[in-house]
Amino acid sequence: MSVNTPNAERQIWIYTQMLRIRTFEERVKRTFTDHPGVIRGHTHLADGAEASIVGSLSGFKKGDAALATYRCHGYPLVLGSDPKAAMAEIYGRVDGLCKGLGGSMHLTDVAHGFLGTSGIVGAGIPHAAGAAWAAQIRGKEEVVLCFFGDGASKQGAFAETLNIASLWKLPCVFVMENNGYNVVTTSAQEDANAAAGEPLSIKAKAFAMPGVTVDGTDPLAVHAVVSEAVARARAGHGPTLVESKVYRLSAHGNIIAPPGVPLHYPEHEAITVFGNSAEYEAALRGDPVPRFRGILVQNGILTPEHAAKITSEVDAEMQAAVDFALKSPFPTLESALQYNYA
Amino acid sequence: MANMPYIAAIDAGIHQEMRRDPSVLYFGQNLATTENHEFVKEYGHNRVRVTPISETAEIGIAVGAAMAGFRPVVELYMAEFMLVAMDQVTNEAPRFRYMSGGQVKVPLVLKAGYGFACGWAGQHTGTLTNLFAGVPGLKVVIPSTAADAKGLMATSIRDDNPVVYLHHYLLTLEHGEVPDGEHLVPFGKAAIRRAGGDVTIVATGWTVGLALAAAETLAAEGIHAEVIDPRTIAPLDLETILSSVEKTGRVVLVDQATRHASVSQIIAADIVEHRFSSLKAPILQVTAANTTIPYSEPLEASVLPTAAGICAAVRKVCA
Ligand SMILES: Cc1ncc(C[n+]2csc(CCOP(=O)(O)OP(=O)(O)O)c2C)c(N)n1
Ligand SMILES: [Mg+2]
Repeated sequence: MSVNTPNAERQIWIYTQMLRIRTFEERVKRTFTDHPGVIRGHTHLADGAEASIVGSLSGFKKGDAALATYRCHGYPLVLGSDPKAAMAEIYGRVDGLCKGLGGSMHLTDVAHGFLGTSGIVGAGIPHAAGAAWAAQIRGKEEVVLCFFGDGASKQGAFAETLNIASLWKLPCVFVMENNGYNVVTTSAQEDANAAAGEPLSIKAKAFAMPGVTVDGTDPLAVHAVVSEAVARARAGHGPTLVESKVYRLSAHGNIIAPPGVPLHYPEHEAITVFGNSAEYEAALRGDPVPRFRGILVQNGILTPEHAAKITSEVDAEMQAAVDFALKSPFPTLESALQYNYA
Repeated sequence: MANMPYIAAIDAGIHQEMRRDPSVLYFGQNLATTENHEFVKEYGHNRVRVTPISETAEIGIAVGAAMAGFRPVVELYMAEFMLVAMDQVTNEAPRFRYMSGGQVKVPLVLKAGYGFACGWAGQHTGTLTNLFAGVPGLKVVIPSTAADAKGLMATSIRDDNPVVYLHHYLLTLEHGEVPDGEHLVPFGKAAIRRAGGDVTIVATGWTVGLALAAAETLAAEGIHAEVIDPRTIAPLDLETILSSVEKTGRVVLVDQATRHASVSQIIAADIVEHRFSSLKAPILQVTAANTTIPYSEPLEASVLPTAAGICAAVRKVCA
């Protein structure tokens, strides 16, 4: 146990947040079958990455900021956003976090430090560095957490930003959630480091910043690594690249189809494209949510009764989110024109 | 003739050219990641490759390969993804022939979908057609039928210039009759989708269908609309549009883009400059509202052009 190990209460909090993300997203997924047509466009789930998300955010302080991608449901739930408002956004309703204008790919909750999400791969990485520069100027030891996928590290924006962030010693932690895939392309098919058997965190070397690879399915391991990087950033020593290894347990997103075709979640690409169900099933056996619950029970931190109580509370919370979002009205048509300019 | 969806017709156009010309390459993200991919099986990995998510490199590599004698087709999926590589698209690919005094040519096709207004919200729904149309050296193609999807793709590949081939995502599964065998649709030749003498409607992509639906409604009211689909906006077949205007004297221009980013602006200006005296009423434009596309369904519908909106505009110019 390192100095960075959260206490028992905090570990239960971490588990609860992981379960909240999982349950929320199960509700998102179920909406496609329970309420066809209610969710439109493209949604992307974080199942399999909950430990990474919560472990990364568990040291988040008021004044810190986080930015992420289209795969963005998990972070705001941990930071304190109301799941009712998050679900209402995904349903395009007026009570949504973004008033129904942004949808699933663009959840934003500035009041809780969740500054923005871009649907363009890699585009959020410089945004995070910009927010970190702002924090550096303010001088209040605030940090910015920047979440993106492994695929995004192949964008020019990644290289350009990591160079500047390191050069300027920006208080930023770059958390690359490496789920092994960019849609249907494996890391080894698109990344020279991966193809050479190197960890993706080695990219940090090109930018003279620390690069660490961590098991992203272990929330305590992620917490330890990210909180050290956060401490470094707060102390003014600059950014870190954290490669957090996860596996996404759903397909990249729901199917892409024109209007009239009912949307749904297909099976994972490991199965549908590569015929590799063994890989997928192994990942499923390592599912971080039940695994962490098992560890907490085994360590005597959580009793089975307490775990069951958390489950039923989270179920009720997320059911309420669905009920609320279904009842929330659509925004007025005028509001479609409202926020183009400040 | 074969009945097939628009999306399959695009592939048919690529196949047609890859079979006859070994210099045609096809690459992009998330394609050809297994040996079962139909293009890999037929043409092999030398010509068909998956790339990382690196649009600047993908398009820049296409420019280099084109200068070195190949004909790359880059799969970009969504037109927005070209924006991260805008320099390569608008200030590299179309410049090298000119700047080299005609020594090199840059024959490449940037294949991208656009206009996916079905819940894809602010960053994936743009109608970016006109963004590329004003760039000398670039050609811009917007097929609205399955047959054109094939024929214009084949022509794009044979063209010796960089071509932005923009297929409309809402038309993906629309079926149509597509000619078997070699099929080429010339650039700069508009299609008159419906003949009529009372009013000229010019529409592109998905809005061609809206214009045709509107024309049907209007015919029942005794107004006979001519519906013109330019098919390529660079080059733009002004001649066909102007001769229709000479006949009708009334014009409604339809575009899914926001007004000041639309092709209809260019067409309107050219009509006014060249056929001012033929006009019997002001030109009306039916475009998207000046806004980012909202996610919420009723809001999204409210900011897009509609058949009813086209009918209303036509009634106004015919009043
Ligand atoms: C610039 C750009 N190119 C392509 C896309 C299409 N796209 C959306 S998500 C995605 C995969 C991204 O993979 P990764 O960064 O590993 O994130 P993951 O989805 O696996 O979490 C791609 C290619 C995009 N949104 N933006
Ligand atoms: Mg990934």
